[in-house]
Amino acid sequence: MADLSSAPVPPVGPEDHVRGEGGEGLIVYADLGCPHCAAAWTEIAARPGLIAFRHFPVASKHPRSPALHAAAEAAAAQGEFFAMVDSLYADRGHVDDPHLWERAERLGLDLERFERDRRSPEVAARVRRDFKSGIRAGVTSTPAVFP
Amino acid sequence: MITAGTPAPDFTLRDQDGEEVSLTDFKGGKVLLVFYPFDFSPVCSDQLSLYQEVKPEIEAKGVTVLGVSVDSPYAHKAFQEKLGIDTALLSDFEPKGAVAAAYGSYLDGLGFANRTLVLVDEEGTVAWAHESPSPGEFPGANVIFDALA
Repeated sequence: MADLSSAPVPPVGPEDHVRGEGGEGLIVYADLGCPHCAAAWTEIAARPGLIAFRHFPVASKHPRSPALHAAAEAAAAQGEFFAMVDSLYADRGHVDDPHLWERAERLGLDLERFERDRRSPEVAARVRRDFKSGIRAGVTSTPAVFP
Repeated sequence: MITAGTPAPDFTLRDQDGEEVSLTDFKGGKVLLVFYPFDFSPVCSDQLSLYQEVKPEIEAKGVTVLGVSVDSPYAHKAFQEKLGIDTALLSDFEPKGAVAAAYGSYLDGLGFANRTLVLVDEEGTVAWAHESPSPGEFPGANVIFDALA
């Protein structure tokens, strides 16, 4: 069983979802179902320098969050992680499965692969890994931003 | 706040379904008491939602999680349903806050418990306790796992 006791925020690594480079990098634990995250994302994403996005879905607050994070991770498998994140934060009113399929098509993703990937245990484990690192770092709400 | 090494005060409170729950029901196992101010308050909602996410990992360590506030069982039921959580919520309703007071968590004059975590061991002794600096902030779940390590 994974240890969830206190630990520093892991440094940005090769498995992180990273946008930009250089500058004063930020690590962002965010929930794709969270309205505060959506509001903050516009500002965060426009910021120069490296941004590492880490999954922190809290399902009991935002019931669709697990599905949204899985969708983003499935998009990542086709090179479109941040495009999916941007899309989900830009339009929070369309987050049911058919809407996710529409988004995937708009992004030019292979829909069958997207559908398979987003339901895979590997994707769930990848999301959970970020979540656990956030728990260990003491994240209690989102967005949580670390320099 | 109650301190480690103190016998945990026993109690019998009604849960969100109106069923009586006593601390002694859990003797032989560990119990994490989560005292919190109010159902439906923003911070309490965040706290219980977050702990729900790691409840399987807490339970895997042989710990039962019990939320405690001064709200009624009916409010607890509605709160539990709103959040979609299955943590048992106990009603410290009458005499108001008596259990919180026994654990040194009740805020006199404010009428509710401060945000306090109390870990009771298998023998019914307080193994660890943590009180938030204010009701407006809550400890991350990592703090719970530090105590369970």
